[in-house]
Amino acid sequence: MVLPVIVLLGVFHYVPTLGNVIAFQDYSPYVGIRGSEFVGFGNFGRLFSEPAFWQAVTNTLTITAVQLVFFFPVPIGLALLLNSVLSVRLRTLIQGVVYLPHFFSWVLVVSLFQQMIGGAGLLAQSLRANGYEAVDLMTRPDTFILLVTAQSIWKDAGWGMIVFLAALSTINPALYEAAAADGANRRRRLWHITLPGLRPVIVLLLILRLGDALTVGFEQFILQRSAVGGDAAEVLDTYVYYQGLLVGDFGYGAAAGLFKGVVGLVLVLVANRFAHLVGEQGVYSRS
Amino acid sequence: MTTLSRPIWEEEPSGIARLSRPLVLALVALAVTFPLYVVVVTSLSTTEAVTRAGGLVVVPRELTVAAYAQLLSGGVVTRALVISVLITVVGTAFSLGITVLAAYGLSRPGSLFHRPLLFVVLLTFLFGPGIIPSYLVVNALGLIDSYASLVLPTAVSAFNLIVMRSFFMGIPGELIDSARIDGAGEFAILRRIVLPLSKAVVAVVGLFYAVGYWNAFFNALLYINDNNKWPLQMVLRTYIVQAQVLPTGAGGVASGTGLGMAPAPSLAIKMAIVVIAIVPVLLVYPFIQRHFTKGVIIGAVKG
Repeated sequence: MVLPVIVLLGVFHYVPTLGNVIAFQDYSPYVGIRGSEFVGFGNFGRLFSEPAFWQAVTNTLTITAVQLVFFFPVPIGLALLLNSVLSVRLRTLIQGVVYLPHFFSWVLVVSLFQQMIGGAGLLAQSLRANGYEAVDLMTRPDTFILLVTAQSIWKDAGWGMIVFLAALSTINPALYEAAAADGANRRRRLWHITLPGLRPVIVLLLILRLGDALTVGFEQFILQRSAVGGDAAEVLDTYVYYQGLLVGDFGYGAAAGLFKGVVGLVLVLVANRFAHLVGEQGVYSRS
Repeated sequence: MTTLSRPIWEEEPSGIARLSRPLVLALVALAVTFPLYVVVVTSLSTTEAVTRAGGLVVVPRELTVAAYAQLLSGGVVTRALVISVLITVVGTAFSLGITVLAAYGLSRPGSLFHRPLLFVVLLTFLFGPGIIPSYLVVNALGLIDSYASLVLPTAVSAFNLIVMRSFFMGIPGELIDSARIDGAGEFAILRRIVLPLSKAVVAVVGLFYAVGYWNAFFNALLYINDNNKWPLQMVLRTYIVQAQVLPTGAGGVASGTGLGMAPAPSLAIKMAIVVIAIVPVLLVYPFIQRHFTKGVIIGAVKG
């Protein structure tokens, strides 16, 4: 019964994983893996001396950092806000609205942003109509990082709220009552009860995000790379795609991809070990 | 029952909180709904309305469905829509089928190779195979420019599989054992006992797969070079995000005059493509949402 799934995972996950050997080859599609010459770490040598590669690494890490600061707290804030709404019907309605964009494709999200704040979008249009200079926020390299963060927030902040809402509902209400009886005001209850209650979830999600520091989403960036330019919009995944598939330098592209995969794996394992050290459960248990 | 009461020990909210809280919530809701509203209104607008607004239309006046009539009467968008619908239907049925089978197989500890097989599934969470090697495998199998390349490489979601397996594990073993004693085979047990008890989780996983297939863009970008085989998301990318000019006439989009109405403005046609990409998601969304409230996903993820 498990066979079809195992076969598919084998063919489309494990075989390509082994196919990463081409990262150590001067791979040519005409002669295939068996015919291509092994060049040891030659591709990696080229990779590490290539400024464009380091630019992509820098962009990726910067975007991760900015998202940690600006994106990460938003779902927590939303969850706290929504949790304070007393009307169940209103709560359900707002949840329904804010979860929705999670189910939109990136193509759709970028299209919508373009229509709102792009060069021919609503913002530019109303600025022009009122005699101001139109702005195109979709093609500016200097604000690109804020743009992608805003897009991520629009798409996924509501969805990210679910897990915090679930965690909030598990906090024992008697704790609040006791604290209130002891004279703790709203702010102190938030600090001493709510936030400690959310801590395991926050730590878990932070770790997951840090382990995924090299992944910022391929589709969002490939869609906007040509409009903004590679200096700001090239991330590791798009670099692999361009060098490997569009330039046709398969071995080199695979080397960049393998670098990302291996460093990413190490980051997940380290982050998880760290979680155990600080006494949290982490992504998987120790057993 | 629609309003919870404030606990007696909780102080009344201050004036600022009473004012700012609804305001922030309204802004959040508006941020999501306003772009959708503008897109829908513009897609329904006539040339005069678009000209008067100087572009996107916020206040609806002079509405027409010309844009939809033009898009859906054959050509690029109609073809892409048919492809996307077929991929979504076939892909979802296939993915759901193999996921149910595997989830049941892995939900019974003690079955043959239970632990190693589970390990094989779980390990896929830790690393991705990489774009280039995946492309080379699909290429080696001769699947470039085939519809199968839009389904097979991402047919299994380990996450969905684990969600379903967790749910199946909650079904009492006695129930299954008693059926087995009565002579039922594994497939009969799955069909007559497990599935009827698991309608909710099957629905949610199916909807997740369906939305995934509908939104899929990555596979098409990598594996489909022939633009006659593009799914809707690729069309959306080409004509909206990259703002290429949509071809009209034979093979492109029908002109309005052939349909007996004034041709729609090109902006309305573009926005109509966006709406067509949204509508299916909106249609299934209420079903997805209904199951969230039952906590199917969260419970399974925690366990």
